[in-house]
Amino acid sequence: MDSIDASIVNRLQEGLPVCARPFDEVAATLDLSLDELLSRLQRLLDDRVLSRFGPMFNAEKMGGALSLCAMQVPVERFDIVAAQVNAFPEVAHNYERDHLLNMWFVIATERPEQALAVIRDIEQLSGCRVYDMPKQEEFYIGLKLAV
Amino acid sequence: MSGHPHASNEVQSDGQLLDATDRQIIVATQAGLPLVAEPYAVLARQLGLETGEVLQRVAAMQARGIIRRIAAVPNHYALGYTANGMSVWNVCDDRIAEFGRQVGALDYVSHCYQRPRHLPLWPYNLFAMVHGRSREDIVAKVAAIANLLGEHCRSHEVLYSKRILKKTGLRIRE
Repeated sequence: MDSIDASIVNRLQEGLPVCARPFDEVAATLDLSLDELLSRLQRLLDDRVLSRFGPMFNAEKMGGALSLCAMQVPVERFDIVAAQVNAFPEVAHNYERDHLLNMWFVIATERPEQALAVIRDIEQLSGCRVYDMPKQEEFYIGLKLAV
Repeated sequence: MSGHPHASNEVQSDGQLLDATDRQIIVATQAGLPLVAEPYAVLARQLGLETGEVLQRVAAMQARGIIRRIAAVPNHYALGYTANGMSVWNVCDDRIAEFGRQVGALDYVSHCYQRPRHLPLWPYNLFAMVHGRSREDIVAKVAAIANLLGEHCRSHEVLYSKRILKKTGLRIRE
């Protein structure tokens, strides 16, 4: 990753305008041709420097629910349970963390009752209790990673 | 599991949050936007819509907050932010709004939420995701937050991520 890639990553975290040719303005600001911007963006995605590029959806504004869940998974069954949890399309992220509660995942659903159904299914499949921690208040959400 | 305060819905008077066409647009873009000069024209062709309608609907969804922004989501690890500690704090309930805003405003905190405790196992009610380039970096930043909270925080921990098991972002079923 060179300094041009870094400037692309920094600029594109801020967001693109919604218009017919959204990349033109970014390419001009960064003094790149449109083709170079798009090919570098594709490579940043291929190299997994970026997880994704596109609309960032807010499940709650769709009427859905978003919850952070934690489980205490026995180490010897960790990978099996991870596969069971990851198989749900409603599970958006899943992380292994070094704590008694060692698996932390986010459930995003279109309707709140679906989140509870997924939690019940995961408990039944895995045999582990799910600690449900839906947010009660959001103080800040944003990305400020300078590269 | 019952009775948890899952976020309330902002259901409109017609009870309809997303119509079928909005849903089609979401399904078509949830893996990402086409990386071409005119991505919305490509989407419109895929969906059998006019480009203008796609643009109008995406803009409307952004105005309603359904789309936060059209942006790149960085992979923290690939960018050298390898430490990525989830700091969790047991803060007095009556001061949490004030402290949540202060912690959330720190530039190394990307997400800051109040969440329910699960006593006795889990006494923490304030979550702040701290990003840094090393474990030492995170430790120093967490110490700064502890200093900020002072006696209003009874205990805290930092949970480091060992592995990303999945990261796809929101998916709705097709």
